[in-house]
Amino acid sequence: MSLFLAYLSVQCALLSGALALFSEHRMILERAANRLAPLAGLKEWPARSERLFAAPVYPRLLQKGVFGLLALSGLAALIGGISALLGQGVTVDQLPFGLPWLHWHVRLDALSGFFLLIIGLGVIAASLYGPGYVREYRQTEHPLWLLGLCTGLFVAGMELVLLADDAFFFVIAWELMSVSSYFLVAFQHERAANRRAAFLYLLMAEIGAIAIILGFGVLAGFAHSYSFDVFRYTHLTAGWGTAAFLLALMGFGMKAGLVPLHAWLPEAHPVAPSHISALMSGVMLKVAIYGLMRFGFDLLGDVQWQWGVAVLILGTASAVLGVLYAFQQNEIKRLLAYSSIENIGIIAMGLGLSMIFLGTGHGELGVIGLLAALYHSLNHSVFKNLLFLTAGSVLHQTHEHDLEHLGGLVKRMPKTAVLALIGCLAISALPPFNGFVSEWLTFQAALQSSSLESGILRSVIPVTAAVLAFTGAMAAATFAKFYGIGFLGLPRGRHAARAREAAHPGMLAGPALLAGLCVLLGVLPTPIIRMLEPVSQLLLGQTLPSASGEGWIWLTPGSRTVASYSALLVVLGLGLAWWTARYLIGRLAVAEVRRSRPWDCGFGGLSPRTQYTSTAFSQPIRRIFAPIWAVRETIRTGGAEALENTPVHYALEVEDRSWYGLYAPAARGVEALARRVALIQTGSVRLYIAYSFFTLLLLLGVVSG
Amino acid sequence: MNVLTNHSLYEQAILFIAALVVFTSFLMLAQKRLSSLVAVFAWQGLLLAATTALCAYTQQNPHLYTSALISLVLKGFLIPWMLLRLIVKFDMHREVESLLYPTYVMTAAAALVLFSYYVVLPIEQLSALATRNAIAVSLAVVLLGMLAMVSRRQAVAHVVGFMSIENGLFFAAVAATQGMPMVVEIGIAFDVLVAAVVFGVFFFHIRESIDSLDVDRLNRLSEVDR
Amino acid sequence: MSGLIALVEPILFILAAPLLAGWTKMVKCRLQNRKAPSLLQPYRELAKLLRKQPVVAEQASWLFEAAPYIVFASAVLAAAVVPFFAVHLPTASIADVIALAGFLALGRFFLVLAGMDVGTAFGGMGSSREVTIASLSEPAMLMAIFALAMSANTTNLASAIDYVLDTGVAIRPSFVFALAGMVLVAVAETGRVPVDNPATHLELTMIHEAMVLEYSGKYLALIEWAGEIRLMLYGVLIANIFFPWGIAEDLSLASLGSGLAAILLKLFGLGALLAAAETVFAKMRLFRVQEFLGFAYLLSLLGMLSHIILEIGQ
Repeated sequence: MSLFLAYLSVQCALLSGALALFSEHRMILERAANRLAPLAGLKEWPARSERLFAAPVYPRLLQKGVFGLLALSGLAALIGGISALLGQGVTVDQLPFGLPWLHWHVRLDALSGFFLLIIGLGVIAASLYGPGYVREYRQTEHPLWLLGLCTGLFVAGMELVLLADDAFFFVIAWELMSVSSYFLVAFQHERAANRRAAFLYLLMAEIGAIAIILGFGVLAGFAHSYSFDVFRYTHLTAGWGTAAFLLALMGFGMKAGLVPLHAWLPEAHPVAPSHISALMSGVMLKVAIYGLMRFGFDLLGDVQWQWGVAVLILGTASAVLGVLYAFQQNEIKRLLAYSSIENIGIIAMGLGLSMIFLGTGHGELGVIGLLAALYHSLNHSVFKNLLFLTAGSVLHQTHEHDLEHLGGLVKRMPKTAVLALIGCLAISALPPFNGFVSEWLTFQAALQSSSLESGILRSVIPVTAAVLAFTGAMAAATFAKFYGIGFLGLPRGRHAARAREAAHPGMLAGPALLAGLCVLLGVLPTPIIRMLEPVSQLLLGQTLPSASGEGWIWLTPGSRTVASYSALLVVLGLGLAWWTARYLIGRLAVAEVRRSRPWDCGFGGLSPRTQYTSTAFSQPIRRIFAPIWAVRETIRTGGAEALENTPVHYALEVEDRSWYGLYAPAARGVEALARRVALIQTGSVRLYIAYSFFTLLLLLGVVSG
Repeated sequence: MNVLTNHSLYEQAILFIAALVVFTSFLMLAQKRLSSLVAVFAWQGLLLAATTALCAYTQQNPHLYTSALISLVLKGFLIPWMLLRLIVKFDMHREVESLLYPTYVMTAAAALVLFSYYVVLPIEQLSALATRNAIAVSLAVVLLGMLAMVSRRQAVAHVVGFMSIENGLFFAAVAATQGMPMVVEIGIAFDVLVAAVVFGVFFFHIRESIDSLDVDRLNRLSEVDR
Repeated sequence: MSGLIALVEPILFILAAPLLAGWTKMVKCRLQNRKAPSLLQPYRELAKLLRKQPVVAEQASWLFEAAPYIVFASAVLAAAVVPFFAVHLPTASIADVIALAGFLALGRFFLVLAGMDVGTAFGGMGSSREVTIASLSEPAMLMAIFALAMSANTTNLASAIDYVLDTGVAIRPSFVFALAGMVLVAVAETGRVPVDNPATHLELTMIHEAMVLEYSGKYLALIEWAGEIRLMLYGVLIANIFFPWGIAEDLSLASLGSGLAAILLKLFGLGALLAAAETVFAKMRLFRVQEFLGFAYLLSLLGMLSHIILEIGQ
């Protein structure tokens, strides 16, 4: 039944894409419908056909159909994923596609089910949000049929990656996902920067795919087959196993956005349409995590603790560098993209801890790390989707990318502002929302390090936990900046001052659904953990019964005396304290609130320009941690005498060091190599004939010998 | 789990003072003024003397009392006094010198402590003393002293780093074995004293020739034409 | 019975918080050779603020008026979770010490947003500085917690206190260093000298005060009270985790009474120490705070390393 729903989901996504093809070809669809309708026996077809295919109505109706099918796909994925998680079984199947001797194997187990659930949630929210958002593309003459087609292919590709049970099918689905998202990223291709970003995205996706293929190749070399089932039972030598894992880490890490392979993320995510950015950031990165988990835990099986250390170090570096870079961004979607790098780092930290415990023989402790990573994947997809969708609403209503030109939106777009606030609270890991629960679990996993034998690991893991604490506090700072500068205060520009709330109800419904989930996942962690246990049972062979051992109100990994957290009681406590404060203070303090001007030291003349700007907010951290970024500040004065009032030009560029340290030298190296190789192209005809001549001589010699 | 509570109060005190000795090594890396650097060094000597005295009590080893006394007089008072006199004579007590890359040096220092723990693990198994955990501390003090010599520019700071290396070795002897033989002990103590005197003479001459005690400026003495 | 005490404890806590602030001020004034206000002055201040009419900026939104309640509620919840004079109360297992840090972060987040809501330069400045200091103090605090948690094998406050009580008086280097780190972090987080001067009137030197510059009347009363609760919270945390002797381990009236007396005594001692420190040290420049907090992190790190190196047998 869950497999049927998964297939239904893929088919609906593909149908949605196919339907989108007809957005410019009304007549073809109308003629086809007119021919098929009498066969289906629909009454009063000609009148209905008039209404459906009328020129002004048709585009909107078609959009509704496209997004409706996409929503159906999401719903099917959601229900299928949940039933696969709860069903606790493994469903296998074979599809009659692919090579004649290697049909596509399909497998739906708890791990695929969990990530299918994540895809479903994201797709439902995006398809509720989409119709209102893409309306503006009709006026700007962007081909909506391409958007719809590629969205459908993208969603289908992601789901097929989850279902794939042999290397061949996996890579085909992976490529489908990458290439269709390239077209989505390149959708607004009028600007050169967008084209460059899309090219970088495609390039790195393909390099990652090569690494993944090589990783599968190592496994296939030992297994003499491409099917995952055979991979599972193959035994690799320690050296080759590490090589395969490193290749997979490079490939999946590149797609997930682990530092230093992350350069494409902050370029590509801001450029795509907002609901696609939400899907890419919230869902596609998780599919990469799924790949890493499938490869490391399931296919390779014999996890070494050294792999865990590598993943932990990469995760910690991604988390701290991601958040420090996010804090310096002024462009809203770039800030959210760097924040995704940070959260992927946190997920990788959980996975790394789990691998370390597993590799040193402490399987039961490894479960905590795995559950923390899974929970954070779910949480991140929910609140990152929410944040990208609300950022998209802001973009849609104000046409402003830059925080320096926003502000005051809490009064002009009140509902979007409330939803964005919930997203910011969730991502800053503040109780009682969901982000706090997964960070808490990650800390608890790190605390278990005192059971390890190696003193070195016992001291390094607390240091990474301290870095995680720093990351958490910086994330709260980043989203205080995002919300405080973007939504609060006075409007810093004309567009922000005249913004209106999003008109289409879907643009509020999608984010509202996700906001509700943020609250739900934060308040009911124990049932969610119980739901996640089949995944750890599948991958590690054990679960964490103590986590829900005290009932559904308490979350106690370990035991009640080791650590306990009760989100529901926290909410009740907060509510009680808040209500008491309001009631008591309301009785004691009866004076009416008076509105007046804010404090201006008696000078007056406060304007939106005298507010703190986004650059100013991040200045102390920029100064304290200066070596982390490549910061260039240029100040040009009018060149007049000291006491005159002249205009000053201030420019600040904060750039990614990894670009200058890693990518630019790599690009230069490739170009240098290419130039060397190009030496064989001399342009001389005689030389080309000579090449063929010598090859012929060589072959004759080889054949006769 | 914490097995510290299995030890007697005196043994706990020894381990506690050992932790304080490492702390003073870290402080020596971070001091900006030369006079406070010498003061921290004096404190390190005092703490070392206290540890030695406590070890003498718990191990019932009376000759360690003499060691403690020598430590106290030499490293707690005499050598710091000589260095302070040097600083005042050269009018350097107002000079402020900070590390070039403080965060990196501090992270390196923490990593060195961890590294010395890792290196010393097999040795700790061999010792039967209750204070064997402190062997890692002594190696850490030696390494941190060398780090101080590498990362600081003032010649006086170099001397202090060198002295703290000797402190670390002394502590290693006390913690791992039952102290060094008396003759060796006295020999080393006088060597250190002579070294301090000779350093003083050298500083005078260096100052005369290059008019500064910044050892990085000594690279002017290179024979190669730059 | 334990439920009743669990309800009474936070009420006593928040009622006693202004008293600690008053005591600290009194000691500080005496040390500086000034005439001290009465010990009950903070209560009078709160009553005065409640009576006054609140003035709110025209451009402020609903968040400005809602934030003080959330700040106060999170402080009260944190106070309910920390064992005050009795260890084995049911509320102690609602949240562990990491969740406690989360509650304080929740209050701080809303205060930071409120500072930016009015759209003035001072609010933004206070918020920006506050988030900088908060992000630098989090690793130090967590590392100190780790140093404790590795010995006690728990992050639950009641269990940690039980562990220290069970193992008796022992000089643990890890605890000493963690205590030093925690004290420095507490000074930074509660906004006392040398990190921030709570009594300053110069806006450009303010950190916490700049965020709440626009608040008046009942809103300011709630925020001031929440600040006093936070100070007492850190005091109780330090006193009860590192020196828990005297706390009530059962729920008989006699032990509850002696527990209350013990904690009040320890708090008065800590308050006097804080006042002495505020008198001796000068406020640091903002960009020296990272060295201060880096030092706190170093101390906590040394605590953790001493635990691994010195305190665990092979």
